[in-house]
Amino acid sequence: MELNSLSDLSSASSLLLQVSTLLYLFSMAGYLFFLFDQRDRIQKISFCLVATAVGVHFLSILATGIAAQDLPIKNMAQSLSLAALAFGCMFLYFQYKFNLKILGVFASTLLSILMLAVMLVPDTPVASNEILKGFWFVAHIVLVFTGDASLGLACGAGILYLIQEKGIRSKNPGFFFKRLPSLDFLDNVSYTCTTTGFTLLTFGLITGFIYAKSIWGRFWNWDFKEVFSIGTWLVYAALLHFRFHSGWRGRKSAIMTIVGFMIIIFTFLGVNIFLGGHHQGFTK
Amino acid sequence: MSNIFLIGANHKTAPVELREKLSFTQEETLGALEYLKNAPQIKEGLVFSTCNRMEILYIPKAGDQVEQMIEFISDHKKIGIPEFRSALYIHEGDEAIRHIFQVSSSLDSMMVGEPQILGQIKKAYKTAVAEGASGVLLNRLMHKSFSVAKRVRKETGIGDNAVSISYAAIELANKIFGDLSSKSVMLLGAGEMAELAVEHLISHNVDNIVVANRTFKNALALAQKFNGQAVQFEERESVLKDVDIIISSTGAAEYVLTQDQVKQAMKKRQHRTLFFIDIAVPRDIDPKINKVSNAYVYDIDDLTGIVETNIHQRGQETIKAERFVEEAVLTFRKWVDSLSIVPTIKGINDKMTAIVELEFNKTMSSLGHLSQGDMEAVRRMTQAIATRTIHDPIQFLRNTGDHRDDSLYLNVTRQLFDLDIPEKN
Repeated sequence: MELNSLSDLSSASSLLLQVSTLLYLFSMAGYLFFLFDQRDRIQKISFCLVATAVGVHFLSILATGIAAQDLPIKNMAQSLSLAALAFGCMFLYFQYKFNLKILGVFASTLLSILMLAVMLVPDTPVASNEILKGFWFVAHIVLVFTGDASLGLACGAGILYLIQEKGIRSKNPGFFFKRLPSLDFLDNVSYTCTTTGFTLLTFGLITGFIYAKSIWGRFWNWDFKEVFSIGTWLVYAALLHFRFHSGWRGRKSAIMTIVGFMIIIFTFLGVNIFLGGHHQGFTK
Repeated sequence: MSNIFLIGANHKTAPVELREKLSFTQEETLGALEYLKNAPQIKEGLVFSTCNRMEILYIPKAGDQVEQMIEFISDHKKIGIPEFRSALYIHEGDEAIRHIFQVSSSLDSMMVGEPQILGQIKKAYKTAVAEGASGVLLNRLMHKSFSVAKRVRKETGIGDNAVSISYAAIELANKIFGDLSSKSVMLLGAGEMAELAVEHLISHNVDNIVVANRTFKNALALAQKFNGQAVQFEERESVLKDVDIIISSTGAAEYVLTQDQVKQAMKKRQHRTLFFIDIAVPRDIDPKINKVSNAYVYDIDDLTGIVETNIHQRGQETIKAERFVEEAVLTFRKWVDSLSIVPTIKGINDKMTAIVELEFNKTMSSLGHLSQGDMEAVRRMTQAIATRTIHDPIQFLRNTGDHRDDSLYLNVTRQLFDLDIPEKN
């Protein structure tokens, strides 16, 4: 009986996951339509679609977690799915805060790509690992994922900044000129996302160290992912430092947020695929 | 049958000197409304006047009253009829309706798509209502004109594009800075063009204005006018640290600001964005400054280029807007036509007959035991009640008396019985 209901739960979760993927795809279609049509109602509908998708997605992950009695982050599919959820949540938060409508085009597209990847990567069952539990572990995962998601949104705002900046500098305000907000505003959004993401990432790394200490007895293990995470952290620390002290704003700062996010993506995927390490299990 | 007339002059028919003479001040507008209200031959009237146009809308009781109206304008504005007669346009019926819709949608403006006109026309309408000069027809006409204007604004790109140089500059500033209220402006040179651009900026609430000019006296005079501050022309480089927008229009033969100067200034201002608007010929601002990070330079040719693209795009949108106006004219015409006695009485009759039928059938379906004769008797009774009920109102509508305004009662009747044709949009 117990077993039966658990397997029901896990099939329900994969159904929910499919539904949320569809909703993400619809929201992307909506936002792309909004890009051309610019009617506010379309943007609102698309935003509601993302919000619903995030809700359904959360339920799906919750169901998986309950079925496995564990945080569902045991293979590539589950990690990507959790990353998408974190990204979706952060997008909802920043959209609510800034009402930067056009950011939805970027966010919904990235979410759709992530979810399609989740659907395509085989969800290989992995045996529960006793060490992947506990408060520090969960805190580490949640903080790092939401932090990375914020930095991803900073990258999105940075891309929008560069598009708008290019139009203005080349004196050829084209398709995007009307559709994008002012440079200062985009810079501000990107900056806020960066500081939020940086703070979360910092605490994420700290909790990671504490967790490492409790499991392996050492804070630092020279794991590839650790090295790259510190690298990412340093890139963003440099970005913020130069912004404060040397006025690195606008274009330079936008490029940095994009570079930083590229490193994050590599840290997230590339390290596991090419290099290995004790983080390996999560993304195999 | 009431007919709408419109007499007016605008930037297309009258030169600016004449428009100045014809335009009504607020007080003159009130006086004109007073006249329209009391004139025995005029049912309703409305006066709309801006610096680019003067329009009088009215509904005569009999005849067209055009000559009387022209005489009134001549008296009221103290201007001889031959002086302005040829500049007037006189529209009647659908033409007048179309014209007022085009005006409120900003299709007839000097700068097509400019947004102020709707506010001005709303104000004129409110004044006419407050003075009691306008009535059922004109009120409805004006409301319709507002909704057309809104539709045009919402569904066409007509108001999107800046089609004057100073508008284009402001739009760029908005896309660079977003909020201009915390930004400061430096004027280099005290030319007329610069003054115009600054006036636009002030209407967008910039924070502070600094004027630098070779002749300090002129700088001081202009600074006082805009409530800003004046500096020596040599101080311009150090001022770059504190301002965000620079408008330059000096007569200098060489660049008054160079790339190196701006690079230095950028360091001091922590690379916050600078926007240079160079309207001088020959140019004042070194175009290489546009390559400096977070600095943008637009000269007069760049701005003209943007304006030209926008004018082209606007032309396409105008076609769409004209279609909306045409649709609205048709709807309004239908409403005016319905506002006569026969269709109104027919409307009431139809409505009552429908109600009687519906209720009779509803009741009879549960009274199966009645004989055919009984049923007929009940039907006749319900019909009689309905006919009796509407008999007096219909009699009243047939003879409201000469001195009264039919359209007023017809309008009320249509509203009481909910007879109006449903309106789209």
